Formats: sequence, structure tokens, C-alpha cells
Amino acid sequence: MLPVVAIVSLSLGTVSIPFQKIIETLVYAFSGNAEYSQINSIILDIRLPRLILVLLVGAVLASLGAVMQGLFRNPLADPSLIGVSGGASVGASIVIVFAGGAMLPPLAGLSLLAFGAFIGGVISTLIVYRVATSSLGTSVTTMLLAGIAIGAIAGAINSLLSYFSDNQMLRQISVWQMGNLGGANWLKVTIMGSISVVLLALLPSQAKALNALLLGESEARHLGIHVQKIKRKLIFLTALGVGASVALAGLIGFVGLVIPHMIRLLIGPDHRWLLPASALAGASLLIVADSIARVVVLPAELPTGILTALLGAPIFVALLHRQREEL
Amino acid sequence: MSIVAENISLHIADFDLLRNINLSVEAGVVTVLVGPNGAGKSSLLKVLTGEMEPTRGSVLLNQLELSQWDRQEKANLLAVLPQHSVLNFPFTASEVVGLGCIPHETGYAKDQKITAEALQVVDASYLQRRLYTQMSGGEKQRVQLARVLAQVWLPSQHGDQFLVLDEPTAAFDLSHQQMTLDIVKKLSARGVGVLMVLHDLNLAARCADNLVVMNGGVIEACGSPDNVLTEQLVSKVFNVQATITRHPVTDTPLVIT
Repeated sequence: MLPVVAIVSLSLGTVSIPFQKIIETLVYAFSGNAEYSQINSIILDIRLPRLILVLLVGAVLASLGAVMQGLFRNPLADPSLIGVSGGASVGASIVIVFAGGAMLPPLAGLSLLAFGAFIGGVISTLIVYRVATSSLGTSVTTMLLAGIAIGAIAGAINSLLSYFSDNQMLRQISVWQMGNLGGANWLKVTIMGSISVVLLALLPSQAKALNALLLGESEARHLGIHVQKIKRKLIFLTALGVGASVALAGLIGFVGLVIPHMIRLLIGPDHRWLLPASALAGASLLIVADSIARVVVLPAELPTGILTALLGAPIFVALLHRQREEL
Repeated sequence: MSIVAENISLHIADFDLLRNINLSVEAGVVTVLVGPNGAGKSSLLKVLTGEMEPTRGSVLLNQLELSQWDRQEKANLLAVLPQHSVLNFPFTASEVVGLGCIPHETGYAKDQKITAEALQVVDASYLQRRLYTQMSGGEKQRVQLARVLAQVWLPSQHGDQFLVLDEPTAAFDLSHQQMTLDIVKKLSARGVGVLMVLHDLNLAARCADNLVVMNGGVIEACGSPDNVLTEQLVSKVFNVQATITRHPVTDTPLVIT
């Protein structure tokens, strides 16, 4: 499903390009003798990097959503629970209000906004983690509550900043919070790509431990799992992955919460399958959402975050409905 | 070999949960722990399985201090069934039992075989493909029992194995209580050391080789059920006037209240 969605997505846009042309262009580009043309440039410099960024962000958010739901033993958990998203939006707002946001010259190709969001996300995760960690280990219940508290504080700071900002800033803040994947470039793709590789390399080996953790922490310990070490590792990886995607793509809700849930309804809760399947489904959903966002109000675009919810929620409700009927 | 508690005390927030406990849980022997609510039975299990550090004293598993064991090796030797576990994710019974195979990792085919056998032993083969979240309380408990059985299903190269059960029969009907006793006896005959908490004194009398009576954080009495279960002791520990006779079939002590 993913490759089909991807090709269709490349063809859609203000200028629509036939499939055949896309495949030709890609083949030429990879064989190293691409000639310059407008079409080439649209595909290779604008749509392809965006597509890959969307794919990576979708995959990362969905698989980390599955990780968080396993770690918290709560199917309603999502990556934002540990405070990453809240912190990131505060970071972004601070940059917009105090530094003029995108008006500043970009730092090494990345906007200051992205740095602000990433730093904000990581700092708030660290606070949540420290609050919940004592000599007895990290309590996920405390983490959940601390995450909610940090989220509330972040919300308040955001409102405060919005209150004191002018119209231009206000618009920037709210657009950022809706999640936007425009402005993708190869640098962003490289950053997100390397983080995805790290996650891809480290997550599958945690799948068994996550399965055992679903039984409960002491049960997992009796099965020989080093629970505290696993928790620390997974929280760190989540902060890294979600922090990066929020920094590069803004707040994109729903993918991390609902995709793992949907996949669990389809194939069960075994993390060995759940993690990769969620990654694929998250990537597909986000590509579809982003493609629609680009074409629905031509020549302008909608923020992607709006579409993920509009698109994912009905599917989710349908699945829940089907499950109830089976009972 | 054995799990040995050497003079352990557990002190939490001004409460003496356990005081100077000396106990040896031997391999191949069924040790049953009884006592009134709050006597410290579960605390003792937690200390003996390494879930809690004793304030004083030490716990030895096969002569090596519990905390010195490698996590995975320890998991191959010691399986623990808690009083109740909460699992809100829709695993099938086979998947839950399969989790018990994590410590030995003998490969997919072998895990499947162990899982099926363990489910059969607890009379839950018919549950294999059913979702855990949709089972009754007794069925869930049987599946959890199968999971810890799977964990010590095969003998381990690291030494004698132990199975610790905290009130395994609480949710069971009469036939499954009987089934649990049979499983426990078979395991101990194979050389596994079993330690369990039971509330039913008659069940305890029927299966215990070593009956340990706890009260107020100390061991009140310890030995064979014949010697331990007296009217005097039941009255002192449980505050209940009881008559003790012999079971007409099994010839074990029978407590009538």
C-alpha cells in the first residue's frame, strides 16, 4: 500500500504530473543523468523530499505511539504524554514571539523555530522523567501525571505568549501548532532519516521486553527483563524521535494515538509485529493526509495536522464499531 | 538446593512487616505459607523473590545471594505468579503463556510446544485462540498459571528451579483447586521447589510437605501439617475455635470450624 500511496502523492499538486513521467524522472535521477527541467525540479527538489519527510515522520510518530502505549500499559497513551509536544510548542512559541520566528536567518539551513521546538521538547521530557524517578525507579503512573501537569503548564505559557503577541505572530503560532510539512528539504530529510535509522535499529530488540511489560512491571522483572533500563532507553528514544518530528513538522496529532490502536485491533498487541506495522500504517496515513492537504484548496495548502484527524478518526470509529459487533 | 532466608527483617515506614525470619524453601518440596490477613505472607514472598530488599538479613538462591544472579539466569530458575495481574491488552492465551518462554528462548517451535502443553495441564487448551481480555476470572488465572509453568517447564542448566505462587487457587472452582494441587505435586516430584500462599487450611494440609504459619510478621510454627495444625494454634493465630480431625480419604488433618 505504501509505494502506491507514495507515487500517487508525488503526482498530485498544483501542477499535476502523470505517473509515467514520475517514474521516468526517478529512474533517471537515480541512474545519475537527470536533465534539468521544471518537472524534474518540482519532483526532486520539492515533492520528493517532502514525501520522504512525511513518510519518516508518520512512521516515527506511529511506532513511538505504540511504544508509549506499551510502556504505560495504557492503550490511550500517546507520545505527547511524556511532555514532548507541550514543551516543543512552548519552545516554538518563545522563538516566534521573542526572536521573530522565521524572520531570522536560518541556522545551517534549519529555522531557529525547529531548534526551539526540539530543545523545548527534550527539556520538558527531562523534567517529567526526573519528577517521576526516585531511588525505587521510574513510576510510569507518576510520569503520566507529571506529563499532564507539564502539558498544562505548557498550555498556560503558550496562552500567555499568544496573549502578548501581535497578529502576525499569533498566526504563525497557530499555524505551527496545526502541523505543517511544507518547506521540506533534503537537509531535513537527512536529519529525520538518521534519527529514523537509529530508532529502526534499536526498537525491534525491545519488542519482547515491551510484550513482557504489558503483564506488569514486577511480572516483567520476574521474566528477567531489566525494567528500569528499558524504560530509560524507550523514554530517551521517544523524546528524540518525537522531538525531531515536532521540530521539523510541527504538531501532528492523532497518528501516534490511533495508528497503533488500529493496528492492534487488526493484528493483536504483539510488539514484534505491532511496531513495524504501525510504522508502515503511520507513514501511509500521513502521506495520504499530506497529499490531500496539498490539493484540497489549490493553489494554497491546508496544515497537515488538521487532515490527519479528519482522515484517521472516521477509520478508527469504523474499526471500533466493527469490533463491538464481533463481540 | 534451596531458597534460604537468613534472619530477614523488613521495615517500611515505621512498620515491622517481617521480623527475624529464617526459612528454607527446599527443591523438590512443597512449602505452603498460611496466616491471617496482614501476617506478612506476601511481603515474605516479595523479599524471597527479590522484588523487595530486606532491611536486614539476606536471601540466597541456590547458595548465591539473590541480587548477585544474572537477571536472565534467575528468571530461568524462579517463576513467580502474583496474586492478581492486570493485563488490558488483547493477547490470546497462547501469546500470554508464550511470554513465559522469554527467559529460556529455545526457539519458536519449542516455545509453541511448551505453550500448548502448559495450557493443557491447566485445562485451558480450549482457550488457546481466545483473547485474554474476554476471559472469566478463573480462566485468566489459569492462563497466568500456565505462563509461570512454561517458565520452568524444562529443567535449567543453572540449577534447581522454584515456583512461587501467591494464592493460586483464589479464583478457582473445586475441580481446578484440585488440579492446582496435582500440578504442584507433580512439579515437586520432578525436583522443583514450590512455595505458595494458601488461605484454605485444608487444601494446605493436603499438599504441604512443609507448612509455615505466619502471624504478625514472624513465623509462628513450621513443620509437617500433622505437627503444626493443632486446635491451640488455629485458635491463637486465626482467632477461631476449630475442631481438628483426620480427612477420611487422604488421612491429612481436617480443620472444621
